[in-house]
Amino acid sequence: MTALFEARGLQRRFGRVQALDGADFDVAEGEVVALIGDNGAGKSTLVKALTGNLDVEEGEVLFQGRPVHFATPHDASALGIEVVHQDLALAPHLDSAQNMFLGREIMRPGLLGHLGFMDTSRMREDAAKAFTQLGSAVRSVVVPVGSMSGGQKQTVAIARAVAWADKVLFLDEPTAALGVVQTRNVLDTIKKVRDRGIAVVLISHSMPHVLEVADRVQVLRLGRRVATYQASDTSVEELVGAMTGALDSKEGAA
Amino acid sequence: MSTPTETPSRASATIETAAKHENLGERVKAMQSVWILGVLVVIVAVFGVLSPSTFLTAGNMTNIAQNISIWAVLAVGMTFVIITSGIDLSVGSVLVVSSVVAAQAMERLGDQGWGTALVGLTLSVVVGTFWGCLNGFLVTKAKVPPLIVTLGTLSVALGVAQILTGGLDIRSAPTVLVDNIGYGRLLGVPVISIIALVIVILGGILLHKTRFGRYTYAIGSNETSARRVGIPVDRKLIQIYALTGFLAGVAGILSLAQYGTTTIAGQSLTNLNVIAAVVIGGTSIFGGQGSMFGSMVGLFIPAVLQSGFVIIGVSPYWQTVAVGSILITAVYVDQQRRANDARGKS
Repeated sequence: MTALFEARGLQRRFGRVQALDGADFDVAEGEVVALIGDNGAGKSTLVKALTGNLDVEEGEVLFQGRPVHFATPHDASALGIEVVHQDLALAPHLDSAQNMFLGREIMRPGLLGHLGFMDTSRMREDAAKAFTQLGSAVRSVVVPVGSMSGGQKQTVAIARAVAWADKVLFLDEPTAALGVVQTRNVLDTIKKVRDRGIAVVLISHSMPHVLEVADRVQVLRLGRRVATYQASDTSVEELVGAMTGALDSKEGAA
Repeated sequence: MSTPTETPSRASATIETAAKHENLGERVKAMQSVWILGVLVVIVAVFGVLSPSTFLTAGNMTNIAQNISIWAVLAVGMTFVIITSGIDLSVGSVLVVSSVVAAQAMERLGDQGWGTALVGLTLSVVVGTFWGCLNGFLVTKAKVPPLIVTLGTLSVALGVAQILTGGLDIRSAPTVLVDNIGYGRLLGVPVISIIALVIVILGGILLHKTRFGRYTYAIGSNETSARRVGIPVDRKLIQIYALTGFLAGVAGILSLAQYGTTTIAGQSLTNLNVIAAVVIGGTSIFGGQGSMFGSMVGLFIPAVLQSGFVIIGVSPYWQTVAVGSILITAVYVDQQRRANDARGKS
């Protein structure tokens, strides 16, 4: 499988901490890759570096085989790469349709649009459509996001990212704060996104979730990728071993 | 906000795709300003019963409208600023310095015609916009909290007005301004109130219907999120403070027309009165919530109380007591409702 999005030998240092120490990463089209690692292994730094939120000192990032450089998150968005941050980046007082289109409002056609008038009904319809397609638990697009449950908020954030990500979707700890039912919804959502041919990169601490939805698991330790496993033939024990360094692992067969 | 019933989030059954359950009744109910509108109605009713022959007259109502017109113009900008979770204490001083610059220029021109008035208006809004931009720039780029920035410009702008005039009010305004705008009436309605109403409606449309307004709410709701989704937060904030300054400039020329003098010493509580009105109207000081309609209701309550107390012969000093109490009650009720909203959901 050729990589859709790939990083090679990324280096980044914060003061005396080597956050990324020659980190590699790759994900193919329509694949779910889990990125795991202990706290401080460099997961978040890697995601930031891959989505235009952070500059690296060395190494290269390849998109569809061509080297790319993202100076801002917008550069990544322009190629269809989106992130759902752990804090979701939602505005609690706005409703889900408003959040979904925040910063990318659909304007009225013609003169009114130029004067700054938004096409509210169209945004609501499109948002409702997007939630339906993802099988989201969001019941209404006109309720403030702040009054929704954690799982619903999560699906709003995911739906927003998916609406603009047609290539790669990064999810940073999407299930960390969720209950059982809500977690199930998010995992189902991930599968639906994958079925559309979008590559999903899942950062998670939950090994069972990782093994359930991921095709491959890449393990980061001390700022570099220390192992890659096929999810179908690995186990929680093996992953934990690789994360902590208890197993003396080699780069697994990708 | 009345909580629309949300069935507990089980798995995905059918998802409500129609976002159309917004009939007028629900819409009114959902507005946080609706109960405060009820308070206003009750106040009007009480005075109306106590003194129907004087209170509920067209003359008295016109009087009230005229009294709040200038504050209404300021409240439009203040609503925007407070929704971003900012504050602008400088509006009164900016009004003064704008009207001083305009009055001096118009005095020098000597002419009493519309040309002079136009020069005055232009100067007034330019000066107002300048102070607004300065506020916005200091808030966003120098990262000084808005409370401090505008407390500073409150002082500086007033000082500049006093330096320019030597502390003495300029008691001249072109007669066209005073006659047509200050005392002018159109179909019995004060022209100054019509001007204010137009500005309020335009402000309401800008806030509630346009992308600019949407970003105003987004910034106040969660500034980090707003930045993450690519909203140019700093630029928007500067524009919002500039708008508030611009409107203070407009208020400056209106004030000159209404009173025929620059009111250098007379605006020291204007900022607080306007802020109180906006907050009584349901705009959250923590940002992200508020409406133009609410701010207008919040403006009417003190004005109606004032007029009513005078008419029924209660000392008008009670008005300040009542307004202060309503302010605290309004915020208390809003907080409670918000806490209930948060608790009502998992």
